[in-house]
Amino acid sequence: MSEISLPEEASVLPEILPPPAVHGRVVGLVLRHPGIAIGGALVGLMIFLALAAPWLGTVDPEALDPANMLIGVSAGHWFGTDMLGRDIYSRVLYGARVSLIVGFAVAALASAGGMGIGLVSGFVRPLDPVLMRIMDGVMAIPSILLAIALMALTQGSVGNVIIAITISQVPQVARLVRGMVLGLREQPFVEAAIAAGTRTPRLIWRHIVPNTLAPVIVQATYICASAMIIEAILDFIGAGTPPVVPSWGNIMAEGRALWQVKPFIVFFPAFFLSVTVLAVNLLGDGLRDALDPRGEARR
Amino acid sequence: MMGDAAPVIEVTRLKKYFPLPRKYPGQNSLQVHAVDDVSFAIGRGETLSLVGESGCGKSTVGRAILGLIKPTAGEVRLDGMRIDHLSAGRLRPLRRRMQVVFQDPFSSLNPRLRVREILAEPIANYALARTRAEFSARIAALLEKVRLPADAAGRYPHEFSGGQRQRIGIARALATEPEVIICDEAVSALDVSVKAQIVNLLADLQDELGLSLLFITHDLAIVEHLTHRVAVMYLGRILELADRRTLFALPFHPYTQALLSAVPVPEPGARHRRMILKGDVPSPVNLPSGCRFHTRCPHVFARCRTEEPLLRKVEKAEGGTHYVACHLETRPGTAAA
Repeated sequence: MSEISLPEEASVLPEILPPPAVHGRVVGLVLRHPGIAIGGALVGLMIFLALAAPWLGTVDPEALDPANMLIGVSAGHWFGTDMLGRDIYSRVLYGARVSLIVGFAVAALASAGGMGIGLVSGFVRPLDPVLMRIMDGVMAIPSILLAIALMALTQGSVGNVIIAITISQVPQVARLVRGMVLGLREQPFVEAAIAAGTRTPRLIWRHIVPNTLAPVIVQATYICASAMIIEAILDFIGAGTPPVVPSWGNIMAEGRALWQVKPFIVFFPAFFLSVTVLAVNLLGDGLRDALDPRGEARR
Repeated sequence: MMGDAAPVIEVTRLKKYFPLPRKYPGQNSLQVHAVDDVSFAIGRGETLSLVGESGCGKSTVGRAILGLIKPTAGEVRLDGMRIDHLSAGRLRPLRRRMQVVFQDPFSSLNPRLRVREILAEPIANYALARTRAEFSARIAALLEKVRLPADAAGRYPHEFSGGQRQRIGIARALATEPEVIICDEAVSALDVSVKAQIVNLLADLQDELGLSLLFITHDLAIVEHLTHRVAVMYLGRILELADRRTLFALPFHPYTQALLSAVPVPEPGARHRRMILKGDVPSPVNLPSGCRFHTRCPHVFARCRTEEPLLRKVEKAEGGTHYVACHLETRPGTAAA
């Protein structure tokens, strides 16, 4: 065996690359990813409003007050009252609970379900065509239509709304995860793990799942945003939560008839919905840039 | 130089065809003949290099030996035991004895795991260590073997250079205490100086641990410093197989001659005759009739177009073994080129 002669210093290893300089944690994050900072702050604000609603000067959102119906924006009723005299400020704040619960629950459930289906599809090849054709079938129906149809089968409740929207959103995640799994299975580090004797469950858990998480998290934020819109639409057309529940969609539905004379009834829930959806989408865009290693290199 | 005892790895008439999807219903199914009847053996402590241009099926041979793909036909034996038909569960205990180092030092390490976790995985898979202390000791020993600093264990792959990553890949391969390591283009993606370091490291490890190496590469220059024997592959078949000295000094097959003439000579002003092959590699879907090299061979004659030459021993080989698949010796009116 002949050695290749090398100059002496060449065999000395260079130092390991130092970790990249980090800004102050918070400052650095805001500077690098304003989307995450702004979106995150607005989402955080909404969560705070929803959780702290009872202590933010609200009254019972379902309390009727026929003496004070259709009062405009005023000191006593910051967002006015509706045609039954209910305080719109209170209803909007409590309504944030419905929207956020539906948004987050659908995002979590659709991600988990899509992840499971995608992993099975990517690893159990005989099941792949079957599962993917089912996903294609679900995707072929517009998600709002599908949610309406599913709601028609059950009673209106927050839980059923979550289930109906989740079913319409699962295929997106399933397709995404399946595609990544098929790509990852060809990766040398996965083949090396197989060659090193790693069993399939550990292979999936350590090598496949962690490498699919970043895109799934980004997708989950978009699903969260569209779930909140679909929920509002379902409520608006009367197919969602029961009308007694103060949700942004329900408030808008009730104010619709009076839109031309008392626009504030529709305006405030619509404004909150828009801001929340915008915030979640900003957060998603920011996360997409932050979690994409190629984007990181570009800055 | 060659292992005297039984070979560690024995590949017999290995074939791997990949079916192509039909373009329209009823179309005759087409196949890529990635590996088409390949046989060789690797002795204990021996290095065999599998050389060929990209797409000639050399990596597929490596993957078939490792059991990452099922061969279409043929046998793979590890220490006399047939392993190509085993189920994943039956193969798993045997995988410990053969490991792999891949070409791309970036995609061959999971970016989400620390070096410690990467190295601990094979150790845990075969229960080679039980306590935390045992794991740490083994990982430290592995890092030392591949000449990486001990503090590398706590770092992520992206904090290392290409050559250092390749050392991590080698450490992972060593973690199961294998007898055979398949180096699939293990140094092809590295800079020349780093390449030399890694090649020397592999050679040292072989001496130290008595490893057998299957060195899959397209780079004859690297092979010359490392290998005992060389097999030259073209379009899924071995055209020439000889010990290093014979192959580099007296290449018989015109394809080997062309490959050797393409190796740069590290001597300014040195003149050497470059043998330039005409045309492209034919498609592995529609193989040429007869000798698969005949479309580009400068010495082609009638027999080459109709009859596929078999790999046979060269009569006048001095010393070691020299096999070649070529009709040239039988060409009327010519001595060998």
